[in-house]
Amino acid sequence: MSLRQWMRGGALRFLMVFWALAVLVPHSGASAAEDLGTLVTELGAASLSKKQAVVDRMVATGAPEVVPILEALVGRDLYTRKSDGVVVIGQKTSGGKLLLTDPLTGSEVGTVGSREVKRIKTNNRLRSSVKAVMGTLTLMSPDPQRRLEAADGLLKSSDQAMLPLIETALAKEADAAVKNALQLAKASIKLQSDSAEERLAAVQSLADRTDPESRVMLSRLLLKDGDVWREPDEMVRATAGKTLASMESRLEMWRTVEHLYQGISLGSVLLLAAMGLAITFGVMGVINMAHGEMVMLGAYTTFVVQEVFRSVAPGLFDWSLAVALPAAFLMSALVGIAMERGCIRFLYGRPLETLLATWGISLVLQQTVRSIFGPTNREVGAPEWMQGAMESVAGITLTYNRLWIILFSFCVLGAVLLVLKKTAFGLQMRAVTQNREMARAMGIPTGRVDAMTFGLGSGIAGIAGVALSQIDNVSPNLGQAYIVDSFMVVVFGGVGNLWGAFAGAMSLGVVNKLLEPWAGAVLGKILVLVAIILFIQKRPRGLFALRGRAVES
Amino acid sequence: MSLLQRLYAPQAQEPGKGRLASAVLLSVLAAIAVLVPLLNLTVPADSAFHVPTYLVSLLGKYLCFAMLALSIDLIWGFCGILSLGHGAFFALGGYAMGMYMMRQIGDRGVYGNAELPDFMVFLNWKELPWYWYGFDFFPFAVVMALFVPGLLAFVFGWLTFRSRVSGVYLSIITQAMTYALMLAFFRNDMGFGGNNGLTDFKDLLGFDLQSDNTRAVLLAATCVALAGCYLMCRSIVASKLGRLITAIRDDEARVRFLGYRVENFKLFVFVLSAMIAGLAGALYVPQVGIINPGEFAPANSIEAVIWVAIGGRGTLYGAIAGGVLVNYAKTVLTGVIPEIWLFALGGMFIAVTLFFPKGLVGSLPAAVDWVKRRIGKRNPPASSSLAEEPGQ
Repeated sequence: MSLRQWMRGGALRFLMVFWALAVLVPHSGASAAEDLGTLVTELGAASLSKKQAVVDRMVATGAPEVVPILEALVGRDLYTRKSDGVVVIGQKTSGGKLLLTDPLTGSEVGTVGSREVKRIKTNNRLRSSVKAVMGTLTLMSPDPQRRLEAADGLLKSSDQAMLPLIETALAKEADAAVKNALQLAKASIKLQSDSAEERLAAVQSLADRTDPESRVMLSRLLLKDGDVWREPDEMVRATAGKTLASMESRLEMWRTVEHLYQGISLGSVLLLAAMGLAITFGVMGVINMAHGEMVMLGAYTTFVVQEVFRSVAPGLFDWSLAVALPAAFLMSALVGIAMERGCIRFLYGRPLETLLATWGISLVLQQTVRSIFGPTNREVGAPEWMQGAMESVAGITLTYNRLWIILFSFCVLGAVLLVLKKTAFGLQMRAVTQNREMARAMGIPTGRVDAMTFGLGSGIAGIAGVALSQIDNVSPNLGQAYIVDSFMVVVFGGVGNLWGAFAGAMSLGVVNKLLEPWAGAVLGKILVLVAIILFIQKRPRGLFALRGRAVES
Repeated sequence: MSLLQRLYAPQAQEPGKGRLASAVLLSVLAAIAVLVPLLNLTVPADSAFHVPTYLVSLLGKYLCFAMLALSIDLIWGFCGILSLGHGAFFALGGYAMGMYMMRQIGDRGVYGNAELPDFMVFLNWKELPWYWYGFDFFPFAVVMALFVPGLLAFVFGWLTFRSRVSGVYLSIITQAMTYALMLAFFRNDMGFGGNNGLTDFKDLLGFDLQSDNTRAVLLAATCVALAGCYLMCRSIVASKLGRLITAIRDDEARVRFLGYRVENFKLFVFVLSAMIAGLAGALYVPQVGIINPGEFAPANSIEAVIWVAIGGRGTLYGAIAGGVLVNYAKTVLTGVIPEIWLFALGGMFIAVTLFFPKGLVGSLPAAVDWVKRRIGKRNPPASSSLAEEPGQ
C-alpha cells in the first residue's frame, strides 16, 4: 500500500502526477478524458499484461468513480458477467451468492450465483501499483485524515518527482495540519535538490517550525560521513545550524510554558485543598488533620452521584459534576460541623490536642470509607467537555481537565473572598479572627461562628475533592496524599489569609514543576520541602503574617 | 560553678511521686530480661511455661516502640515540643544498624557479590558509595545509629528553635521533615535499597539472627537499653535542668525573660530525644529483620505520639506503658478483625484527648478515688482532682 513500494514501479508515477494536475486544474482534464464506461469494459476484456495500461488511462480520466473500481480490483471483487460480458462489482452475500453492483453508478443490478460471473484476474505487481496510485489519489480526498496520511507518505518517500503535485496540493489545501505536513514534505524534497540555493531556501522555509521531523532534517545536514560533510555548501550548513539553534531555544521556551501550566494547575489543586485549611487554622487556630479526609469525602460523593446518574439518567452524565459540587460541599460541611460540635470545641486553646484528636477522626473516616467502598480505587468519569487536550505547535499538550480545574479554583477563591468580605457571616468570622473576646462582647455568637467556619472550610475541601476526583485516583488514601502539601501551603503562605494561601499554593506548584525536569519528580519535591523548612526559620509566620498581639499567644 | 554543674546540682527530689512506678517498671524490665529468655531457651517446648520464640521477638519489638515513646515523652511531656517526625530518627537509627547487617551478609547474598549489597548489584552499581564506608565495623554502626539522628535533630532544632518556631508550626514542619526523608529513601539512587529497604539479614556480630539464643540476647539488650534510657531521662527531668525544661514548657517567654537561652535547652533535649529514638530503631531492626522507607511515614510518627498520650505524658513510665499496651492491642485487634484496628486507634486518639488528657497512668489514681468514694469510704486523697494538665 505504501507509496514507496509503488515508486519503485516507475513509469506510472509521471502519469499519475499528470493526472493529479489534471484533476486539480479544472476543465483541463475533462476534455482529454475518455469515456470511463468503455475503459471499464476494456479492463474486463484486456489480458493481464495490458491491464496496467488500461488502469493508467482510467486514472487519467480523473473521474471520482475510479477509486471504488480500483478498490474492487485490488480487493478481487471485480467481475465480468458471463451472460453479457458487463463488468460488475460483486459482494458475497450470506447465501453464498454474489450481489452485483454497477461500477459506474453504484446501483444494484441483481444477485447471481458465483458460477455466473468471472473474476477479473490480477497479479501482485498490478495490485501493488494500483494500490500506490490510490495512495496518491487520497491526497485529493475530501477527508483531511486521508490527505494527512498521503502527505506523511510523501515525506517518507521524499521523491523529487512529486514536487509539482505537492505545490498544487499546497495551493488548494485549507486544513492546517495537512498543509503543515505538505510543507514539511516539500522542504524535505527540496533539501535533496542539487542546487545549493534550493537547499538554502528549504532550510529557511523550516525556520518557523519546531517539530521533531524538521529538527532531525536539519541536524542531518550537520553530520559528517567520515571527513566529508553531508551538506557540501557551507552557507547552507551555517544557516541550518542557526535555524536549529533558534528552534531549540523556542522549544525550550515552549517547554517552560508547559511546565508553568502544569505548575499552575498543581498550584490550583493545592489552593483548593489548602483554602479550607487556611480558614479553619486562621479563624480558630485549629489544625485539622482530618482535612484531607474532607477532600476524600468530596471525591467519594462525586463517585456516588455519578453512580446514581449512570443508573438513573445516563444521558445526563455530563451534568453529574454540577450536582456533585453542591452535594460534596454539603456532605463535607455537615461532617465538618459534626466534628466541630462533637469534638473540637472542647479542645479550643489546646492546638496540639486538637491536632491529635482530628488525626484520630481522620483515621476513623478513612476506615469508614474503606469499609463501605472497599480499599481499591474507584472509577470517576469525566464529562465530555473536560476530556481531551489542546495541542500547540511545539508538541506540548495542555489538557482540558487541568484547565478547568485552574478556572474552577480561581472561581472558588473569588467566591470565598466574597463570602468573607461581603456577607454578615464573613464579617462575624473576621471579627472572631481578630479578637475573639471582643467579638463575643459585641454579641457575636462565637460558638456558632466557629461551627459555621469549620463547616465552610470543610465544605471547600469537599469541592476540592470533586476537582481532584477528575485528575487523581479516588481511594481512601486520597486525603493523605495532599495533607502534608496543604499544610506546607498554609505554613508557607501564612495562616488566616486567603491571599497567603493563594501565593503559597501557586509558588509551591510552579517551583515544584519547574524543578521537576531538572531534578526529577521526587527530588524536586524533597527540595521544595527542605526549602520551606528553611523558609520557616526566616519567617516563622509565613509570607503574609498576621500581625498583632493575639498572634503571639 | 558552670551552668551545667549548677543545673545538675542535687536538689530536692519530687517526693515519692514516680518512685514506686520507677521501681515497678525497672523490676518488670529486669524480669523480662531474665525470665523470658530463660523460659524460651531452657523450658521444653511442650511445657506450659515455655515462651515461644515469636513472642520473644514480639516483646522485643514492643520494647523498642516503648523506647521511642519514651523519647517522645521526654520532649513532649517535659518540654512541650510536639514532634510529629520522631519516626524519622527511629528509622535513621534502624538504617544505620541495617547497613551494618547488610555488610555482614558479605558474599552470601543472591548475587554472591562480596563487595556490594544485592540491591546495588541489581542496580548495576560498580562500587560502594562513600557513605557506606565503615559500616562493616559494628561500633561504627552503633555510633552512627546515635550520631546521625542526633545530627539531624541538632541541625533541625538549631534552625527552628533559634527562630522561635513553636507549637503547631513546629509539629507541621517536623512532619514535613519525615515526609521528605521518606520520599528520599524511596529513591533507588539514594543507595539505601529504595522501596524494599534493607532486608535478608543473616547475622549480627557473627551470631545467627534466626537462632533463639540471639533473639533472647537481643531482647535482654533491649530491656537493658530501655532501663538505661529511662534512668537517664528520669535523672534529667528530676534535676534542675529538668525543672528548667518544664518551665520552658509552661511559659517559654517567661523563662527567656529570666535570662536563660531557651533555644539551647530545647536543642539539648531534642537531640538527646532523637538519639534515644535512634537507639530504639537500631535495636528494632535486627529483631524484625527489615527496615524500609515506610518507617518514615508521617502516620507512624503520629501513632507513636498517641502511645505517649494514652500512657500518660510527662511521666516517662506512662509512655513506656503506653508504647507496649497500644502495640499489644494492635497485634491482638489486627489478628482478630483487621478492619477494626483503625477505628480503635482513631477512637483512642479522640477519647484520650477528650476524656483522659492525662493518659492511663494519670487517670488511674482518679479512677481509683472515684471507686473508693463510690464504695463510701471517706477521706479522698490529695491527688484526686484532675489538675490542669501540662502543656498547651
